[in-house]
Amino acid sequence: MNQSFRWDAVGDAFPLLLEGFRVTLLATVLGTLVAAVLGLAVAVAGRAPSRFVTVPVKAVTEFVRSTPLLVQLVGAAAVFSSVEPLTIGIIVLGIHYAAYTSEVYRAGIDGVPKGQWEACRALSMSPRRTWQAVILPQAVRNVLPALGNYAISMFKETPFLAVITVQEMVFEARKYGADHFVYTEVFTLAGLVFLVASYPTSLLMRKLEKRLGH
Amino acid sequence: MSDFLSILGEEFPQVGSGLWVTLEATVLGSLLALLLSFVLGLAAGSRLLLVRGVSRTVVEFFRGTSLYIQLFWLYYAMPPLTGYELTPLVCGVVAFGLNYGAYGSEIVRGAINSVPRAQYEAAVALNMTPFHRMRKVIMPQAWVQMIPSFTNLLIQLLKCTPLLWLLSAADLMTAIEHVRSRSGESLITYLLLLAVYFVLAYALTLLMNMLERTAKRRLGLHTGAGSLLRTRTAEAAATAGGAR
Repeated sequence: MNQSFRWDAVGDAFPLLLEGFRVTLLATVLGTLVAAVLGLAVAVAGRAPSRFVTVPVKAVTEFVRSTPLLVQLVGAAAVFSSVEPLTIGIIVLGIHYAAYTSEVYRAGIDGVPKGQWEACRALSMSPRRTWQAVILPQAVRNVLPALGNYAISMFKETPFLAVITVQEMVFEARKYGADHFVYTEVFTLAGLVFLVASYPTSLLMRKLEKRLGH
Repeated sequence: MSDFLSILGEEFPQVGSGLWVTLEATVLGSLLALLLSFVLGLAAGSRLLLVRGVSRTVVEFFRGTSLYIQLFWLYYAMPPLTGYELTPLVCGVVAFGLNYGAYGSEIVRGAINSVPRAQYEAAVALNMTPFHRMRKVIMPQAWVQMIPSFTNLLIQLLKCTPLLWLLSAADLMTAIEHVRSRSGESLITYLLLLAVYFVLAYALTLLMNMLERTAKRRLGLHTGAGSLLRTRTAEAAATAGGAR
């Protein structure tokens, strides 16, 4: 070891990192909401009767899923330079993850027994009412654990937002590190905060999944 | 637009070498990740509590602490602490390998567990050694199960390579950023970059589909040529808690 670990820097940087952590959490929660809503819309649109709807929807989701989040973020921030970075971050995270959650919803919707659709038709329900009253309540319950898992992975990707100058935890860590030249301490601390926050959450999700019988 | 094209033409050698760096990071990172996946995944199935415990701890550590932080830790935090300095590319390869290796170990573990119990019992009844059993009976069947999940993981790894730009490695994104700053065309530059990544991801998918077809053949399962062009399925469960 060339240089001892500076515990004083850890104590000094901690409040700043927590401040940034609030932004991290905010971005995760709002990003997950966007992904959950948009993903559902994409999944429902993907089941439209016309190929003019389903083919473009499929192509766009495939494109979004196959391209790097970082490029999407930096690109969106450069093109819409007048919009606030946090807003861009939340929307881009939401769109990126919607491409994944839509597949989760699709599987959830496929999991609803065919008899349920047939029963709705037999009762001459409108398509809208079929979705609202019968299909979605059953599908959404099945997909909740998987959505939770995507929320956890989104949480671990929020550091990307630092690149477009959103002042979340890693942004604060880099700033503090550069100002005081104590990168080792702040990055170790930031990593531990992530570990402490994400591990219990993933344990909880695993329990939930077991409970719902997956 | 014509401006953009002429600048792109001038910068073409840099873009080409940047693409090479990106591919290098992807391939080397994937190889390290694959190696770690098998080591950690097989260790997770060990009878010894200590081996299982070490594997579990390593996996949870690398899954839990965010790739971004691992990469920055290697690049910024390790040199003052240990005196060793890694080049940006090596940092990238090590961080990608460790992070995705941890996710991959779950794929290996899950696939091995999914091989029917009777196959183990039959191999035991035939007096096969544990190594022989793994190599001839369990692994060929588990491997087929692993490939689709590994495809997703590899593409996620590919999608992380623009992070190298932040360490000022001369990767594809660095080269393209240079084109952008010279031409001032943000929209078209980033769309081009996204398109290149999309093509790379699809090429990787085709390659993995071929691998899957061969692996299935070895088990006597024949699939039509159409399966080669199939796109990936987003697997929610395999990458659970993890790699998007």
